[in-house]
Amino acid sequence: MTFDVVIVGGGHAGTEAANAAARRGATTLLIDFDPTRIGAMSCNPAIGGLGKGHIVREIDALDGLMARAADAAAIHHRMLNRSKGSAVQGPRVQADRVRYAAAVKALLVHPKLMVVAGDTVALLTDGERVAGVELADGTRIAARSVVLATGTFLGGTMFRGEEREVGGRVGERAATRLGQQLRDLSLPIARLKTGTPPRLDGRTIDWAALPEQPSDAGVWTMSPLSDPAQRLPQLACAIARTNDRTHDIIRAGLDRSPLFSGSIEGRGPRYCPSIEDKVHRFGDRDGHQIFLEPEGLDTRLVYPNGVSTSLPSDVQLAMLRSVAGLERVEIVTPGYAVEYDYIDPRALDATLGLRTLGGLYFAGQINGTTGYEEAGGQGLVAGANAAGAALGLDPLILSRESSYIGVMIDDLVLQGVSEPYRMMTARAEYRLRLRSDNAATRLHAIGIAAGLVSDARQVFEARCQEQRAALMAAMERRHVANALAAKGAPVGGSDMRSGSEWLLVPGVTPEHLGIEGDPAVLGELIEDARYAPYLERQAAELTAAKVDHVELPRDFTYGAVPGLSNEMVERLTLAAPETLAAAGRIQGVTPAALVAILLHHRGGKLAA
Amino acid sequence: MAAATRLAGTLPSQRRAGVRALRDAVDNRLLDRALVLVFPGPTTATGEDLVELHLHGGRAVVAGVEQALAGLGLRAAEPGEFTRRALAHGRIDLTEAEGLGDLLSAETEAQRQMALANSDGRLRRAVAQWAATSTRLSAMVEAVLDHADEDDVDGSDAVLAGVRRDAGALAVEIAAVLAVPPVERLRDGIRVVLAGPPNAGKSTLLNALVGREAAIVSPLAGTTRDVIEIPVTREGVAWLFLDTAGLRDDSDDPVERIGIDRAAGSIAAADIVVWLGDDAPPLGTRAIALHARADVREGVADDRLAVSAVTGQGLDRLWAALGTHAAALLPKVDELALNRRQAHHADAAAGALNRAAAQDDPLLLAEELRYAVQAFAALTGMRATEAVLDDLFGRFCIGK
Repeated sequence: MTFDVVIVGGGHAGTEAANAAARRGATTLLIDFDPTRIGAMSCNPAIGGLGKGHIVREIDALDGLMARAADAAAIHHRMLNRSKGSAVQGPRVQADRVRYAAAVKALLVHPKLMVVAGDTVALLTDGERVAGVELADGTRIAARSVVLATGTFLGGTMFRGEEREVGGRVGERAATRLGQQLRDLSLPIARLKTGTPPRLDGRTIDWAALPEQPSDAGVWTMSPLSDPAQRLPQLACAIARTNDRTHDIIRAGLDRSPLFSGSIEGRGPRYCPSIEDKVHRFGDRDGHQIFLEPEGLDTRLVYPNGVSTSLPSDVQLAMLRSVAGLERVEIVTPGYAVEYDYIDPRALDATLGLRTLGGLYFAGQINGTTGYEEAGGQGLVAGANAAGAALGLDPLILSRESSYIGVMIDDLVLQGVSEPYRMMTARAEYRLRLRSDNAATRLHAIGIAAGLVSDARQVFEARCQEQRAALMAAMERRHVANALAAKGAPVGGSDMRSGSEWLLVPGVTPEHLGIEGDPAVLGELIEDARYAPYLERQAAELTAAKVDHVELPRDFTYGAVPGLSNEMVERLTLAAPETLAAAGRIQGVTPAALVAILLHHRGGKLAA
Repeated sequence: MAAATRLAGTLPSQRRAGVRALRDAVDNRLLDRALVLVFPGPTTATGEDLVELHLHGGRAVVAGVEQALAGLGLRAAEPGEFTRRALAHGRIDLTEAEGLGDLLSAETEAQRQMALANSDGRLRRAVAQWAATSTRLSAMVEAVLDHADEDDVDGSDAVLAGVRRDAGALAVEIAAVLAVPPVERLRDGIRVVLAGPPNAGKSTLLNALVGREAAIVSPLAGTTRDVIEIPVTREGVAWLFLDTAGLRDDSDDPVERIGIDRAAGSIAAADIVVWLGDDAPPLGTRAIALHARADVREGVADDRLAVSAVTGQGLDRLWAALGTHAAALLPKVDELALNRRQAHHADAAAGALNRAAAQDDPLLLAEELRYAVQAFAALTGMRATEAVLDDLFGRFCIGK
């Protein structure tokens, strides 16, 4: 038989892709080396964070898996930036590793979806289109679309001190032959590096000596569909800190680190550096924090967040034991660095499809990103589009003003990456509207149009929308200050304002206004009111931006535009921007260059 | 280059002047012995190959060489064409092109100096510095928003207070440039409207000021019906004098009434009103009140300038009064002056920075700073490029 969609890789990108493709109605096959490892969190046992938590909520609004799986496995909740505006608040949970993977597998059940074990070694092509994949045992699987979500397994090499091992995760194999084939297809492929810290035995940590970071007191969930009453017992994390002695030990071991001996050519992320990088680059710091995060309820494993390293095992142990509270710690699995192939995402279009080979999609770390959330968001879009291409449905293209997922994909396909790409709220110019509390409002209709949203969620959202309409009407009612003062509000006089205006006055609460409703929906509306003047200005900017909607042909010859530097020609050619506005977003493209492009594009229309 | 070789025989080496005999390619007739300079692209003003021919003066020599070049298939550049090619080849950016656009239409010394300063990239450098400061402030707030939860970033209130203070200081700096009068008056001239009741001698005064019989003069009240505009350059300043219909309420001539309405419109849009009436000049204008026709009328009030267009009495003092007003209306030659489009964006940026200086919510502080950075990008043409270009080429493509 011919599958509509074949997904290679069962990580965070692959599972979201498989789920989205099946929900759109495509017969879908998910192939993984080892299906028992589906949904594994190979690094930090946390889901969410700043920018990342936004993506999780967006995945959920499009009925993806990640938020619900995170809620089912959450053993520690923290709302980051709680003291700042809600647009930059990032929900983050620590997840029980085993329960998270189990939840993903449980959610990944769909009549259109099959999961098989297999080692994908080659792509099958049929002229201009992909035709399927070939497994190591010679099995050929025909497919209309293929999504590659192989993570770091493509050409992956692990480094620890002087040790080398081929593979993407300890104890697993790497998809090396497939990597070679992609190189042969003359896709733009380069190397990136990432790392992970050692895993510790929690029984050997002196918890009593370390300050505790408790879980949030308030109860919240990643997905509004999750039942807060079902949540697991919550664990606290602890905070340890490196010291001068730790740094001396690290410096003494630098000559044995593959990062410093030149063995690793790929670039690592600046914002998630290894501990040896931190000590080397910020030598004046007297200490760096280590968050000790339990990996689950039934495991002794602890993840020491902040000490990603590829130093030799003996140096890792000595370094950790120099830290107060870790004097007798034992390492269960040492940390390591992994270097892997990624394809330059500028070869893709906004559907995450390869421009030069129809039906082939890429999602996740293979596109140069880092993080489960970034991978999941891309997986959902790639899977939905792979299904769309196979079934003749509309593509799912998310814009920068709709979502963080849209911002990420636009950044990837226009700018490419020079280090593993991580989401940050600073990347979103429409940050005020892209809040984690309004993901459903932003994306629900898009999800329904794409056929991604389940009946259960549609019923739930319809109810929310009714609530929203009722509350909005209630917030428009006008109140006089003295009437509110009678109910205890810290205001007075004959001032007459609407409910939404009163709620911006410190001390005035919905109770004073007699407004009742779902706290989540009400909170979203209050934030809308708070940012309303700014949102209006952004709406005006969006309209103004349309002026620049000059389309540029995909095969535009940038080399023929006089006055562009070689670097600009290369960047523009690789990204092949669809509009002049998109060209203007490409890094290093100056206003003068943009004018030159426009004038060249207009060609004969100008009097010369 | 090929045409130049045909004309000069051989070309001197790059960027070196050489004397060459220029000969007509058809009949080998000697046209001139001229200095020839060769500038190979792309590092030239336009980005293309350039040849300069320095000819001896005299229209016949120039015409002869032009004719010889035309015979080789070349043509003269159209107005603004060099600028447009430089822009098309990415050699200059929009602020420089705008400066050059002003330079091309410059008729006075003051216009030329200002335009040259902008085309020289002075404005671009100033904007680049403003943008760099805003970007730095923006990055500091973004770091607090995205990374304060990791302990590598100082997210304390002191950091944000410093950002607010610096934003406010930059807003003040930009406001100082915005306070400089706009550059358009240099190019288009200062609008001086001669106004007053019928038969007050406005047209006679106009003719005396511009030094020729530009307006029809008659003893009949209501001779001037439409607005007459006369451009004049005097001591490096461009003026636009407007003669208007005499203002009166009782005209029953429909044509004259239209003229009176137009006169009122001109007064409203004037930079300076020269008022020839004996009652008070129109409110809300920068006015010079005259005692007109001083040769035939007695009794000058203290605050009036006695002028007679017939005898020339007081004309020098009127010019001096106009000059005093002009100094306040025009940017000084060493000041950074903006045109209307540039001022619009700079104003938007300064407004955002001012709001940033007073913004306690770090998220909205970041938003204002982002807005300021964007406004600077728009100033140099990053956004809405097409609209800016259309506006610019609306001015360049004369005769298109």
